[in-house]
Amino acid sequence: MSSIILALVIGAAFGAVLDRIGATNPNWIGKMLALKHLHLMKTILLAIGVGSVLMFAGQMAGLVDVGHMSVKSAYVGVFIGGLLLGAGWAASGYCPGTGVCAAASGRKDALFFIAGGLLGAAAYMATYPAWKAGGMLNDIAGGKVTLGTVPGSKFDGIWAISGDVLGIVLGLVFIVVAFALPERLTGQGQMADMPAE
Amino acid sequence: MPLNWKTGGVLLGLVFFLAVLLVKPIGVSTQFVILDGIVADAVNGDFITQTDEGWTSTNAYMAKSGGKYAKNAANPLNYSFVFVLAMMLGAFLSAMARGGVGQGERTMPALWRANFGDSTTKRYAVAFLGGFVVLYGARLAGGCTSGHMMSGMMQTALSGYIFAAGAFAAAVPVALMMYKKEA
Repeated sequence: MSSIILALVIGAAFGAVLDRIGATNPNWIGKMLALKHLHLMKTILLAIGVGSVLMFAGQMAGLVDVGHMSVKSAYVGVFIGGLLLGAGWAASGYCPGTGVCAAASGRKDALFFIAGGLLGAAAYMATYPAWKAGGMLNDIAGGKVTLGTVPGSKFDGIWAISGDVLGIVLGLVFIVVAFALPERLTGQGQMADMPAE
Repeated sequence: MPLNWKTGGVLLGLVFFLAVLLVKPIGVSTQFVILDGIVADAVNGDFITQTDEGWTSTNAYMAKSGGKYAKNAANPLNYSFVFVLAMMLGAFLSAMARGGVGQGERTMPALWRANFGDSTTKRYAVAFLGGFVVLYGARLAGGCTSGHMMSGMMQTALSGYIFAAGAFAAAVPVALMMYKKEA
């Protein structure tokens, strides 16, 4: 039961934040992916950096349970799937999480995205044996690996260096890149259409 | 207007951190499979079955990894499925609190209208096809923007970087071709 309460609290917070940063709005997704307006990219990079630094620092300090880490396998299908997701993401302006949130916020086109998504997931369920038989799901580079070796984690590291320290360093790199990226790369110069604060 | 990127980035980072601290990294796209499983089992009661060791399904994908997807579809009141429902609730409340999504935006985003016109049929068709490709790709990859890109790269997972490379390699050229005009 307590896990359901956590799901409600963290899930609602995630949905609300996605809405507030503009990620549920396909205009911002499209402008980000067309490299016209990188405000949302800066937000996402900063979030990955902040999350990474807090998690790895917390693990080093013994405050965060390393057992909570969950690393997904690396295989060729990850890249192919990424390409497909990227193409659909750009065309529709939605990814799975932001699509369901956008539908909840009142966007009707997002309902069509969800319907298509349910059919797409079902199509994958039907074709999964072919991908598996074709070797596209076989682990590469060790499968479930992190870049550094995280002490106490059940996942191997590609490199022997401390995964905690590397995680904090990479987190800081994400934060620096978030600050360094311009709001615009192409389009009409520097527009003052974002709150400066 | 969305939140300033510094405020928004810190808030989003805190949510991802809280998820790992209290439970596990955030992920979404698996729940499309779980909902498909719930629907398939409602239509055909033999789709998901209980065994001596746990749960299984007539579908190989639902049955993989010891039937964990089959188990979750048979018991939808689990953390990951409720999480996605709660995301919708959070987004709904947040959108209402900021005055809701405008009437014109409800059918299609202004960026789409500026480039492709007012036809809702066209927009809905592309949203549907986009959803199909996004979820097919996410399931092939084993995760989506949340699970692979954000949670994965945050944990320095190799798979997260491979996924992000693929996603942006396709998304940027497609967006550059489609969205020549700004709204």
